[in-house]
Amino acid sequence: MRWIWIDKFEKFEPGVGAVAIKNVSLAEEHLHDHFPGFPVMPASLIIEGMAQTAGILVGAARNFQEKVILAKISRATFVRLVRPGEQLVYAAKITNVNETGAAIEGTVTVRTTVGGQPAEVPVGTIEMMFSHIDQNMAGLKFPEFNFVFNSQFMELFETYRRELQVTLPA
Amino acid sequence: MPMTQEEVFNKVKEVLTTALAVDEEEVKPTAKLSEDLGAESIDYLDITFQLEKAFSIKIPKGELLPENLFTNPEFVLNGKVTPKGIAELKSRMPYADLSTFETDPDVNKFRDVFTVDTLVKYVMTKVNV
Repeated sequence: MRWIWIDKFEKFEPGVGAVAIKNVSLAEEHLHDHFPGFPVMPASLIIEGMAQTAGILVGAARNFQEKVILAKISRATFVRLVRPGEQLVYAAKITNVNETGAAIEGTVTVRTTVGGQPAEVPVGTIEMMFSHIDQNMAGLKFPEFNFVFNSQFMELFETYRRELQVTLPA
Repeated sequence: MPMTQEEVFNKVKEVLTTALAVDEEEVKPTAKLSEDLGAESIDYLDITFQLEKAFSIKIPKGELLPENLFTNPEFVLNGKVTPKGIAELKSRMPYADLSTFETDPDVNKFRDVFTVDTLVKYVMTKVNV
């Protein structure tokens, strides 16, 4: 199993913002345990989906040269459960980025039907921070090899990129 | 009109209660960010970003936290900041009270220099120029 919690990018503007979607399906094992007879998308995995959306966004701001690590979930608030058959929409916005890291404001909504009509309704908001770990204050050294944006990731990113009109900074 | 120290303190307090999820009462001028308020390394970046926003200022890398100084062998020897390093810190951080740190300049204790008051005094140098 691959730890990939976003299906597609709908918008991608390096250094600014990105929108990714995730289809929630009963074919996914985890929904049967969470919870038996009442499947809901775990909030922790919604946070992971936002972290992946935002992590790639932050990575692209520096052309995937930095090792971008989720360092802090400043705040996460949920107002609604997400059920199978619905489509999660992760909108991440970079509020601040510098040499050492970035801060993100994320909005989660879900595309569903309300009274038989298609609708997009709020699910929650997530604020998080990423660290460029090679620029850490303690001067700790990490392997030179970029274990975050490795070749496996870049292959995946190519898949995402086919859906995107995106130019990365040089 | 220049901001008073009290105005700056109140805003810094707001930033710290959000960034570190601490109660307002805990944010006393003498409170140490790491030891008393539980700040970890990423929190310093969070605080930097939030101070920039709250006061409409720009905090360049290495200005509030002169981290690159500690990788310079001229300034740090065997985990202690050298007299030359102390002099450098004093010139780069005129807003900080380094008197306690000077008595035992262990690099690992440098974080103790960062009290709420240190932040307030630093911001004062940025807003009233």
